[in-house]
Amino acid sequence: MTAHIYKNKKPIIFFLAPAFAFIIVFLYYPFIQNIINSFQEIAGLGSAAKGWQDPWYSNYTALLKDETMRIALKNTLIMLLVTVFGQVGIALLLSILTDRVSHGAKFFRVVYFFPIVISATALGLLFFLIVLYDKGMLNQLREFFGATKLVDFKSKPYALFTMMIPVMWQYVGFYFIILVTGLNNISSELYEAASIDGATPYQQVKYLSLPLLRNVICTCVVLAVTGSLKVFDLPWTLFPKGMSDTWLTGSYMFYQVFNANNVDYSSAIAVVIVFLGVVLSKLVNTIFKEKEY
Amino acid sequence: MKTTTVKNKRKISIGQPIIYLLLSLWALTTIYPIVWVVLNSFKDRRYILKNSFSLPIGDIFTLSNYELAFRRVNILSAYKNSLIISTTVAVTVIIFAGLASYVLVRYEFRLKKLLYGLVIAGMMFPVYSTIIPVFRMEYSWGIVNTDKLYLSLLSCALPQIAGNLSFAIVVLMGYIKSLPIELEEAAYMEGCNIFQIFFRVIVPLTKPSFATVSIFSFLWSYNDLFTQMFFLRTKTQWTITNLLNQLTSQEGTNYGLMASAVTLVIIPILILYIFLQKYIIKGMTAGAVKG
Repeated sequence: MTAHIYKNKKPIIFFLAPAFAFIIVFLYYPFIQNIINSFQEIAGLGSAAKGWQDPWYSNYTALLKDETMRIALKNTLIMLLVTVFGQVGIALLLSILTDRVSHGAKFFRVVYFFPIVISATALGLLFFLIVLYDKGMLNQLREFFGATKLVDFKSKPYALFTMMIPVMWQYVGFYFIILVTGLNNISSELYEAASIDGATPYQQVKYLSLPLLRNVICTCVVLAVTGSLKVFDLPWTLFPKGMSDTWLTGSYMFYQVFNANNVDYSSAIAVVIVFLGVVLSKLVNTIFKEKEY
Repeated sequence: MKTTTVKNKRKISIGQPIIYLLLSLWALTTIYPIVWVVLNSFKDRRYILKNSFSLPIGDIFTLSNYELAFRRVNILSAYKNSLIISTTVAVTVIIFAGLASYVLVRYEFRLKKLLYGLVIAGMMFPVYSTIIPVFRMEYSWGIVNTDKLYLSLLSCALPQIAGNLSFAIVVLMGYIKSLPIELEEAAYMEGCNIFQIFFRVIVPLTKPSFATVSIFSFLWSYNDLFTQMFFLRTKTQWTITNLLNQLTSQEGTNYGLMASAVTLVIIPILILYIFLQKYIIKGMTAGAVKG
């Protein structure tokens, strides 16, 4: 099958070496090293390991007892549910609606993508101004509608909400684009046939679009799950150092390295993040088993 | 176009206004906050807190926030650092990924499956799981935590390059696979060696995909606060995102300055996006669907 020109294999190494050197030195080696680090005792970021923990798994037993880690895990799981249902749900609704308009679909596609290209840090600062206690955009709006007391959106009962809404909002456009692409791939003859048979638009969506989109939706859910475990920038800007118990696993890991100087402990948190990611995406894949049509 | 005529049959005539209303409502949430912050960046702090919905005209209009942004927080040097890092990342990624994906597509060799597996799995690693050992490794090389600006910028770019390579290789491989092999055969007949074929035939043909990959790597690196916070420790090394992140703690209640800083960061990216949106959207979804 291979063309004659590609018989001589000697040049291969020159083409592959730079990329794979990078991937091995900066991804695979550190990944394994990180697992090893989590069982060791390391005094500071720059210092060599002093030896193994005693017992070797003690970072993990400490994690089990760590109250903040529990909060971070709980928040991360809530974030996961919010992102899966909120992002993919809203994106699905918007994409089905966009598929049914005759004009302006391109405009919505471009505009919905705005928050994704902007850095999450800038959005964090933007939302900082919006939820300001005395008095950001939201409190001014509430006042306009007659409220007399200011609400501190960054205090305890509201904080989680204030953190998750922007994160959810930011990535809707991303799943929207994937779903719209999926919808465009559905042959329009199917819709024609359905409408000739007297299917209402609602029935067309329920019995045609949704089943045919199943695999695309599955991709989106897996991405939303793994994405929600990576969230860091926006919450960290809006709620630095886990203010009002808004810890996420990622931000708690960062805190443990730089503010608490627990390098090995923080490596253990990173291992937990990876573990969660693998387990959860496996879980989603079994729930949504891909089907062939 | 054929599709538009067919599409018209799919529309629901009664529901159309409601559909447009719903779609526009969401569009409002993605547009208005940006407009709001831009407008408020031209106002003094007390107007932001009093009537942030008014237009900055007449007495309210001021440029002092921008003056502060350039004078006090040194936004230009942060821009420069960001550009150096992100350009380095984008350029290195397309060169290395281009070389590797060409060979992975066109050659048959023993380790091919394994290497491809390494690339795919490489897309799954969250940055958290590699960053501490990378920092320690670079520390032992003496390129991180130093007062040398360019070494520090390099220390931040290196892991970002590795983080983007897998995605880039997957996207480029998909594109190179679709190129007709006959052109390469013709070039070979003309006496080109493999390097000439790559640089004179493959690279020019793959330009659109290179564009997607480089824009995407650039944006990803430019926006990545986590890695930048890890590797850039002193003020002179800060990038745009470092600077934004520090504003709330350093400038306390200077909301006008924050609004102008956000505007200065958002606007160039949005302009870039509007001109290059075709490539950006393609890159985002290509990486996602294949991954």
